[in-house]
This record gives sequence, C-alpha cells and structure tokens, in this order.
Amino acid sequence: MTYIAKPKMHHPMLAPNALGFTRRDYEGSVSTLCAGCGHDSISAAIIQACFELDLPPHRIAKLSGIGCSSKTPDYFLGNSHGFNTVHGRMPSVLTGANLANRDLIYLGVSGDGDSASIGFGQFAHSIRRGVNMVYIVENNGVYGLTKGQFSATSDKGSKSKRGVLNHEAGIDLVSLALQMGASFVARSFSGDKAQLTPLIKGALQHHGAAFIDCISPCVQFNNHAGSTKSFDYVRDHNEAMNRLDVSMPRAPIHVDYQPGATTVVTQHDGGVLSLHKLAEHYDPSDRVGALAFLQERLARGEIATGLLFVDPMARDLHDSLGTVDAPLNTLGDAELTPGAAVLERLNAGWR
Amino acid sequence: MQRPVAGINDFVVKFANVNGSGSASANALFAKSVLRMGVPVAARNIFPSNIQGLPTWYEVRVTEAGHLGRRGGVDLMVAMNPQTWDRDLAEIEPGGYLLYDSTKPMPPSKFRSDVTVLGVPLTALCNDKYTQARERQLFKNTIYVGALAAFLGMELGVIEQLLAEQFAGRDKLIAANVDALHTGHAYVRAHFQPIDLQVRRCDQVGERIFVDGNTASALGAVYGGATVCAWYPITPSTSLAEAFSEFCEDYRRDPDGKARFAIVQAEDEIASIGIVVGAGWNGARAFTCTSGPGVSLMQEFIGLSYFAEIPAVIFDVQRGGPSTGMPTRTQQSDLHAAAYASHGDTKHPLLLPRNPAECFEFGALAFDLADRLQTTVFVMLDLDIGMNDWLTDPLKWDDARRIDRGKVLGPEELEAGAEFGRYLDVDGDGIPYRTYPGSHPSRGAYFTRGTSRNPYARYSEEGAVYVDNMQRLLRKFDTAKSLIPAPLRLDAAEPTGVGVIYFGSTTPAMHEALAVLQAHGLHLDALRVRGFPFCDAVFDFIAEHERVFVVEQNRDGQLRAMLVNEGGVDPAKLPSILHFDGTPITARFIVAAISERMDASQPARIAEATG
Repeated sequence: MTYIAKPKMHHPMLAPNALGFTRRDYEGSVSTLCAGCGHDSISAAIIQACFELDLPPHRIAKLSGIGCSSKTPDYFLGNSHGFNTVHGRMPSVLTGANLANRDLIYLGVSGDGDSASIGFGQFAHSIRRGVNMVYIVENNGVYGLTKGQFSATSDKGSKSKRGVLNHEAGIDLVSLALQMGASFVARSFSGDKAQLTPLIKGALQHHGAAFIDCISPCVQFNNHAGSTKSFDYVRDHNEAMNRLDVSMPRAPIHVDYQPGATTVVTQHDGGVLSLHKLAEHYDPSDRVGALAFLQERLARGEIATGLLFVDPMARDLHDSLGTVDAPLNTLGDAELTPGAAVLERLNAGWR
Repeated sequence: MQRPVAGINDFVVKFANVNGSGSASANALFAKSVLRMGVPVAARNIFPSNIQGLPTWYEVRVTEAGHLGRRGGVDLMVAMNPQTWDRDLAEIEPGGYLLYDSTKPMPPSKFRSDVTVLGVPLTALCNDKYTQARERQLFKNTIYVGALAAFLGMELGVIEQLLAEQFAGRDKLIAANVDALHTGHAYVRAHFQPIDLQVRRCDQVGERIFVDGNTASALGAVYGGATVCAWYPITPSTSLAEAFSEFCEDYRRDPDGKARFAIVQAEDEIASIGIVVGAGWNGARAFTCTSGPGVSLMQEFIGLSYFAEIPAVIFDVQRGGPSTGMPTRTQQSDLHAAAYASHGDTKHPLLLPRNPAECFEFGALAFDLADRLQTTVFVMLDLDIGMNDWLTDPLKWDDARRIDRGKVLGPEELEAGAEFGRYLDVDGDGIPYRTYPGSHPSRGAYFTRGTSRNPYARYSEEGAVYVDNMQRLLRKFDTAKSLIPAPLRLDAAEPTGVGVIYFGSTTPAMHEALAVLQAHGLHLDALRVRGFPFCDAVFDFIAEHERVFVVEQNRDGQLRAMLVNEGGVDPAKLPSILHFDGTPITARFIVAAISERMDASQPARIAEATG
C-alpha cells in the first residue's frame, strides 16, 4: 500500500457549510480498501455528519486500532490529527488523549476483531469510565486483513466463505455497551446511510460515551449465503426501532412526523435529537428495557437498529474526575509546579 | 560465654514481627528516634507477599559513620514472632542480644549460649494495663520501643516528641502511647542494666531527610509537571501512584477545588501505558508506575512510543523476577526489559537513581527528557529504594526552572508558515518537531502510526525511507547521551588499574566496601552510572583500566551486557559481581567478592574485617 493524496480540485459550485468548508474539506486520502467495502460507506457517513454539523476538522481527533476498519481514519478528515495505535488498544489511547485535552472531539474507529477480541477489555473499560467519545465499531464478523477468519461477533451457526460453521457464541457489542453504561448506544448498517449519518451526528453531539455498532459487510470474505453479516442477510433481518433527525443547537426544530410518535431530546450541548418511533413499545431512555428487548430480538435472529439508548444529560470522565475547565495540556509551570518553598516544608516534615 | 558485642552508634537491630500486627509504625518510631538523636540509620522492611499473618521484619542499622547500605548480620534481635523464632535466633551475631516477650517461659533449648537474652514480659505488662484486645496488640509495640530505649540509652523526650507529632491533635492517643512507652522503659530500668549497644547523641544527620523513593518519585512527577497518571496496582510500585494522588490533592487543586490532574486506575498495565501514550501524543505530561511484570505487558506500546515518537514516562520499581518471582524482594533485573523493550530494533533512555533525592531529581527530569526526546523514558527504581525510608539529601528545586516541552510547533509558528514534517530532522540531532492535535485549522495535522512512514508522516514501505528513519532514530539516541545525567567518578587514593562500575541502590554498600578495601590496600577507581545511553565517559573509564568489576543486583549481569553491547567492550575485561537473592546487596558481600578476585591470598581476612 502506498499513500495516495486526493486531487485538491473540486466543483466550484460545491456548497460550503457555515464554516465555509465544503464536503471535500472533510475527506481524507483515497481509500485502499476493497471496492464495495462497507467501511467506505461509513467513512462517507462520517464525512457527511461532520460537514453537516459544521465541525472544524482540526478540532476532531480520530483514533483507531489495527485492522481494515482501523485504516479508515486515513480516508476521512484529512485536516484532523489521527492516530493509528496498536491492535485492540485504541480505547486506552483515546482515553489518555481525552484526558490531555477535553476540548477536542474524539472519534474512535475500530472493528470487531479490534474491539470484541483482542481489545474486548479496553472496549468495556473505556465505556464504563464514561470517556467523552464517539466509538464506532465497523462490524463485519470477520478478519479481513488476514483473509477470512471468524471474529468474535460472528453469530453461532454463521458459515464462513470456506463453508465452516462457527461454533462459538457471538458477542453482541450493543448489549455490552448498554451494560457497561454507555450513554448513547446505536446500531446501524453501512448500507443505510440515511439512518447512519444522523446517528453519527447525534453521537458527535453527545457528551459521554457514545457507541455505534455499524454492521458493515465484508465483500471479500463475509458476503455469502449462510453468513449473518452479508448485505442480503442484514437487509432481510434489519428492524429499525426509530428514525433520527439531528438539529444544531438552537436551530428551529422541524418535526414532520405524526404528533405523539416523535420524541424530542435535547442533549448536553443543546443539540436536538428528534426520534421518530418505528417500533411499538420501544423506549430509548430505558436502559434495562432496551437490554431485554434487544436480547429478545437477538434470539429471533433479528437485527434491531436505530438509536437504542440515550441519556442526554450523561456525565463524562472529566466530570467524574473534577478536572479543571482548561485542557490539561495547556497548564504551565505556575499551575503545575508547587515551588521551592513548598518543598522546604515537605523536607521539614521528613526530618 | 562469648563476650557481648559492643557498639556505640554502630550496630544492627532487627525486629521480627507478624504482618498486620501494627508493628510497622512502632519500628519506624524507633528508627526516627535514633535519627532525631543525630545518628544516621539505614532502615529496611523485609516483608512477604501477604496482608496479615505471615512473618515480616524491619532492620535498622544504626551508623554514625553513615553507611546506609545493608550491613548483614544482627546484633540485637527483637523477636516478636514465635513462627520465625528459630531462624531469627540463628541470625544473631555471636555475642549479640535477643529481646523477647518473656510472659510465657521458654525452655533453655530455645536460646543460644552465646547470645544475651533480654526477657521483657510484654504481654503480661499489656494485660495488666489494657482490657481490649486491639489495645493490647498495639500498645505492646510501643512498650517494646520503651524497653529498647532503656536498653540502648535513648532519650525518651525525643520519642515523646515524635509521638506528639505523629498523633498531633489526638491528645488521648499521645498520652496513651507515652504511657506505654514509659511502661516498657520503667520495667527495663527496674530489672536490667543498659547493654553494650548504645545510641549516643551526635550530629551526623544534618539537613538530611528520611523518606522513601516512591514518595520522592511521585513528588518529582508533580514538580515535573505530570498531569496524567494511569496505573495498575503492583508491588512495589503502588505507593508511588498513591503518593502522587495525595500530593495532587494538596498541590494541584485550583482555587475552585478543580483538579489540575487526572489519575486513572486502569484495568491493566497495557491500558495504563495506552493512556499515557494517548496523553503524551496530545501534549500532556503523563506517566505510569509499575514493576517488571507490568513492563512485560507494556512492551508493544513502548515500541509504538519509540517508533511514532511519543513522550512517556515509566517508573519501574524493580522486584525479584522472572514471572511473579519474588514480588516483595528487591532486584535490579529489569534493565534489559526496559532498555530494549518491544520487538524490532528499539532502545530507550533509562535513569538510574541511587536514593530518594535522585528519585525526585530524575523523576522531574524524566518528563523534560521525554518531551525533549519524544520517546519513553524509564526511571529505574527498585524495591529497596522505592519502599524503604532512606536518609537522603533534602529535595531541592530551583524556582527559575521552566518546563522544557522540547520541539513543538505551536499555532503561531504554524500560522507563520513554518515547514512541518513530523519526522523531518531539521536540526541534525535526530529530533523532529511535533504539533499538538487541534493547534491550527489547516496546518500541522498529521497521521500518527506505528507503521513505517516518510519524514512527512506519509505511509511508506520503501526500504530507503525506512532505513533513513531508523538511522535518524539512532542519531536521536546519540543526542540523548548529552542529556542523560553523567556518571560520577570516585578515584582511589592511589593510582590503580582496577575499576568498578555500579548503579542505583548498590551505591551505599559499594561506597562502604570501597573504604574497607582501601583500608586493606586494595585500590579501585569507581564509576557510578546514572543513566542509559552511556556517554563516552563510561567507556573512557573502562579503557583507562585493565579490569573493571561491574557490581549489580541481578543474575545475568545485565548492565555489564549493555556495556559490552553498546561500547564494544571486551567481556573479559568486565568481571561481574552479582547479588540477586532478593535482599539488598551488602558491603560485606562486595568486599568478599572483590577481595577474593584481587588478592586471592587474603579474602577471608578482609571480608571478616568488615563485620
């Protein structure tokens, strides 16, 4: 693989956002993933979400682990700092980065091998700490870069390209995120950009640990009959709980849906989530109810998608630690070093 | 009967206790009382991997001459643990003393004819005075301190003053302890004569302080500007993170009570170093503290820090390895694991403090070096320095000193159009410039990765590009030589072709050994290595001598191997003196080992003379 920069030219009529950036300003280098890879659709949705939210690209830090999914941060937000860390350990690096500067937006991109196998622990612990981040797992149920081994999110009974049946139980990262206390939990499908983009926007506006499990079929190794992560299977078994519209802070709320079927949620930073209910009796503010509901659907082989849980007033790790408002990486000598006089007093106490 | 050992301000007292019995504070009280009388002490805890019930010891060397290494041997054993009676008795030097709880009579077979027995009915004294079990337990400790004070001629006023300081504001507790102290003291005065071991007031402590290396390192991290600490509990490093946390509570709260620090107890050592690397990448000073097993787990991240060039600081408080090894015993056996951590070709700077004062100094320095060199810097303590209180120089800080963030291009420089290539060697010292994420809307962003890339941080697997980068990293490591604390040299009284190299907690025993050897006509020039990479002075020293002993506390001669490896030194020139049984090295051991090799005719005589 070599680095391929995208040409800078773009259509002169390309519409800018409120910051004067066009959609192209949120792109990265040319993807080196396989043609038709679901991950590229997710990158496109991330680009769209950041563009629509008028986010300054340099105020976003994108972090990833190792794997196909973890390569994608190179393919979006070329003006953002990125960090392709080590396998399964993106969550800890993101946690440290977030502690150093609470003012940036942290976007963690991972895969099912990265987060459900080698990094299962870090995935769980970063969420239970309430790190303010968007954590996206591009979930294809397979190891792509090493050519087709099952991953831990492969469903039991799912068949590999070579015809082998998976006999190990699949890990449902959404259920786990809910259990671990994620305050924004969604599942989507790379083939449904209309659903995915608003979910990413909502997650970016969320204050707290936001987790999105995005099923993203692997066109090379996991898109055959018998796989439960193929395009066809996911389309057939996808059941959307709701449809989401995200508006900017203080923007007028526009509701097209039937009154009573739409829940309006205002998040910490003022961003508004308008949730149009598609499934009866699904309440995304009820963590325990959501868990039970998801288990039930899972047992039936259905894939529940949409915004599955949100706590709009969640606290994050900085709130828990009571850190100063200024980013820790901006503090200087005066704020950090107690000085010689303090040291003299300490010395006296050790005599 | 053997003539009792005698000594004024020069003897070893060892306390044999049961873990969890509250003896630690009484033993520390004893040590500090000696110090307050102006007499230096070297105190060491010897403890098991256990919370309650197993044996634990506290050894106090009273040493007016200021020999702070472990001496070996015991002149007065305070035997408070029936479980270890036999071995404790056996450890006493011929002519030594045994202080024990004589409430229950012991058969004569339980004593030694060459040891003076000092029986004090501690339990009986306690039972007379106290009704509650916990009181009986705790005050028994204070009573034996009182008894010791009487035997050793110590000033009670000094001990009372320390009790008053320790329990300031809790007058009842002070009174009760003072009472217990007098109970033990009065009993001994009434029943015994003072013994031939005596503490006599002198003025050899001076301005020095009595503190452990973990505490001093933690304070070094505070002064060094660390704001992020991520750690996972592991003996013997845990108290470093705990001390950092306490210092931050005291000195890092803003006027509104908000924290100018973030401390995370992570799920394991991998997450700890991951958090440190993330924070370092994003421009905060960050550290973790751990021991050998943690360093093993951190290897991959240390390689990332090396290759992606991200500052990180690791305090490695070494313990006995390999594997779980001897978790509560001391060793210097992580040098290789730290210096060459991770797969591929890597090297990392190490700082090798000799005592808590250097733990503070190097602790603060490590953060400047990590930023300056954009890599992981290790501060290599060991259990002996980390967990024991050492008599050490007062900690010093220059208020004019400023945090050195190294080569960082800020928003102004980026706006002014500074050329930025994240891995571009602009100054020829191998150290590139970096930017913090979010600094500038359109300049300075780059993609950080552990994969090979060109000077502009673009992915590349081209052989030439990779080799250039690896060579630049070597240039950077070469630059580090000028930043690492230089070795310190002590020349012998007479010219000699024999030298000795040592480091860290071996220092006090080594210095004591040098004096003994010199007194016996064996002259050695000595060089204390204080960091890695080694600067030229280290290899010049080796070149100047025919033979250079390398003294260290591990089995494989790790420092020696590094000297051979990095300096192309003939291994035959560097005989090893190795001590690795988990106890701190002693002057007796060094003298015996060196004299045996320097003067085969009289090792026994010289070794004996050190006792």
